Amino acid sequence: MDALTLSRLQFAVTAMFHFIFVPLTLGLGWLTAWFETRYALSGDAKYLSMTRFWGKLFLINFALGVVTGLTMEFQFGMNWAEYAKYVGDIFGAPLAIEATVAFFLESTFIGVWVFGWGRLSRKAHAAAMWIVAFATNMSALWILLANGWMQHPVGYALRNGRAEMTDFPALLANAYGWIEFFHTVLAGWVIAGFFVMGVSAWHLLRKNQAEAFRRSFGAGAVFALVSAVLLAVVGDRSGVNVARNQPAKFAAMESVWETRADAPYTLLTVPRLSGEGNAVEALRIPYGLSLLAFHDPHAVVKGLNDIPRQDRPPVLPVFLGFRTMVALGGLFILLSAAGVWLWRKERLQDYPLYLKLMVFAIPLPYIAIQIGWLVTELGRQPWAVYGLLRTADGVSKSVTAGQVWLSLAGFTLFYSALGVVDIWLLAKYARKGMEEPVPAEAKP
Amino acid sequence: MDYAKIWFVFWAVLWTGYFALDGFDLGAVFSAGLTARGEEERRAVFASVGPFWDGNEVWLVTAGGATFAAFPAVYAGLFSWLYPALALILFSLIARGVALEFRGKVAAPAWKAFWERTASVASFLAALLFGVAFGNLFRGLEIGPGGGYYGTFFGLLNPYALLTGLLFCAFFLFHGLLWVSRKTVGEQAERAARLAGGAWYLLAALAAAFLVYSWAATALFNNFLARKWLLLLPAGFAVSLAAARLLLGMGRRGAAFLASFAAIALFSLSGFAGLYPDLLASRVDPAYSLTVYNASSSAYTLKLMTGVVLVFLPVVIAYQAWVYRLFRAPLGREELERSGMY
Repeated sequence: MDALTLSRLQFAVTAMFHFIFVPLTLGLGWLTAWFETRYALSGDAKYLSMTRFWGKLFLINFALGVVTGLTMEFQFGMNWAEYAKYVGDIFGAPLAIEATVAFFLESTFIGVWVFGWGRLSRKAHAAAMWIVAFATNMSALWILLANGWMQHPVGYALRNGRAEMTDFPALLANAYGWIEFFHTVLAGWVIAGFFVMGVSAWHLLRKNQAEAFRRSFGAGAVFALVSAVLLAVVGDRSGVNVARNQPAKFAAMESVWETRADAPYTLLTVPRLSGEGNAVEALRIPYGLSLLAFHDPHAVVKGLNDIPRQDRPPVLPVFLGFRTMVALGGLFILLSAAGVWLWRKERLQDYPLYLKLMVFAIPLPYIAIQIGWLVTELGRQPWAVYGLLRTADGVSKSVTAGQVWLSLAGFTLFYSALGVVDIWLLAKYARKGMEEPVPAEAKP
Repeated sequence: MDYAKIWFVFWAVLWTGYFALDGFDLGAVFSAGLTARGEEERRAVFASVGPFWDGNEVWLVTAGGATFAAFPAVYAGLFSWLYPALALILFSLIARGVALEFRGKVAAPAWKAFWERTASVASFLAALLFGVAFGNLFRGLEIGPGGGYYGTFFGLLNPYALLTGLLFCAFFLFHGLLWVSRKTVGEQAERAARLAGGAWYLLAALAAAFLVYSWAATALFNNFLARKWLLLLPAGFAVSLAAARLLLGMGRRGAAFLASFAAIALFSLSGFAGLYPDLLASRVDPAYSLTVYNASSSAYTLKLMTGVVLVFLPVVIAYQAWVYRLFRAPLGREELERSGMY
């Protein structure tokens, strides 16, 4: 393999690994802050137990998100030097702003939260977690405005042999970035909701600390349901946005080959492995695809046959990934709605099968968010910046395949070991359940 | 106004902030084997950096992000040319971070010992590698015609860069020992102070050797000779370094730590002042150097980022200072219990 392929593989490995840990923090921070606020306002020790329990899982998970983020910050320069030189003038700004306004905040206040139990008032301590939760989501916004620019470049001019920023407000207002932001953080919140439901279900099945885990389950279920419904709405907007701005990606997501108006939605599609056309197209819903793509039954949907071969993304993984993600998204609404309903009726423990199902459902939103990002990033290929810079033109010229082999092997082995330890720790503390702590009061 | 020149200053300040802040937790952790005897003392060392190391590390992330935004060619060059070195720094920092976080999660002594050793080795490597990297920046890189890079990984391990690497280790060792002497109590604090007193001589000797070697092997002094007022920076460095030793001798450990903070900061700023206007100097021909004139972002981007830094960096400094105040108490047994919930 050449340095380009290896660099792409390394980016995929390091980004996907980073993204095993980040999404949970996006949502679990809010839930932990919520539990701690209930404790701060009511003094109810059960809420303190919940705060400590979910907060600890948050921390174990947070640690890997932070350290693997370092790699993300540096490898644009390491492996993608030509990319960095070409777009740094505009792409570097949101990354630098992210570090300055968001990452400093979360990294500093997580320390305050962990070590500040005996030093701060209850309310001030809860405020530290609100700040962490806010800052992690704020981080996501800047990163996704940067990614949104790669998907749909705006606010720049080609000058001095590079893309220079000319309009920062346009970068800020880039709808692509905002849709990605809402799509991603909502998906992270669904992950957190399912994580809390799944772990609580495990304990409810064993009748451990039933009251505290029922409360946790309820909060997780409501959070997951609201997020999953909003996610479907944003997902629809996202589809329209892709159809409008990235026709090649949209065509690959739906494996559409012929350009046509009044396009039907094909429920059963099997693309050819050769990457040319579909072997099976059955169960058509008239006008479905035109409606989906443009909210207009007669709109013209562009097919892959009208896109030059060198500008097409890989169809099969994008198509399969997209369908799987959408199906899982629907499942999340059903499962969390059932959870909310059973929790409201106080009948969770009458349905052990449902509880068992929810334990096994913990990985599903993780799978959905990973393949969702694969669709986004693979679907953008062959471009690094859509329509502006090809991925192949962005790779570092001075870095050899041998060097990337070494670093890729290093990252893969090292990350695998860390991942195993971290997930083992998460499982250990999740199974341990809650402690009954003595309320910690600030000493003057 | 020339924003590229302002950004050279910000660039220097962000790296300097990183070295002066993360320096003490790297040093405190890699010297833990010297300062701590027994579980309770080790716990005190690791708890002393617990609330801070993550926030300190963000200075590095911000320095990296700011390099990307303000000097894209430097970001691209530095990280791709020094690819294997950068990968090693990343591995060290990742290992350091997880080791600090994992250490307290299982009570078994073997578990703790493993992560303590990992944290110490990784911290030492990070300190050494940053020194080697910046030694090469001071010395100049093999940047040739067409902006191509002709250096090799082993070429980075030249005597001058290795000396700078050892100097960084000595800086952080002294800084970390002072931190531990200020943050622990009793016999442990005395031990750390004694060790710091000894480490100072090592640091002073390496700093003197570095100055002589730099005079002989680099162009760092030219700026100081051309603009005499710049000599205030290295002079301030020498004064701070001496003050750190005197204050330590007087038993004023907090003040000695602040003096050591100033010494690292002024050393780092002196180095950057010597480099100016180069960010990445070429050893082959100064014409190939990446400078504030040929490597910066557009005026529009620099102006925007200047606003971001001027508004938000003071806020960051304010809340980080508040956190240092919040956790200022030395970690006696009672303090450890108070903060020891995680």
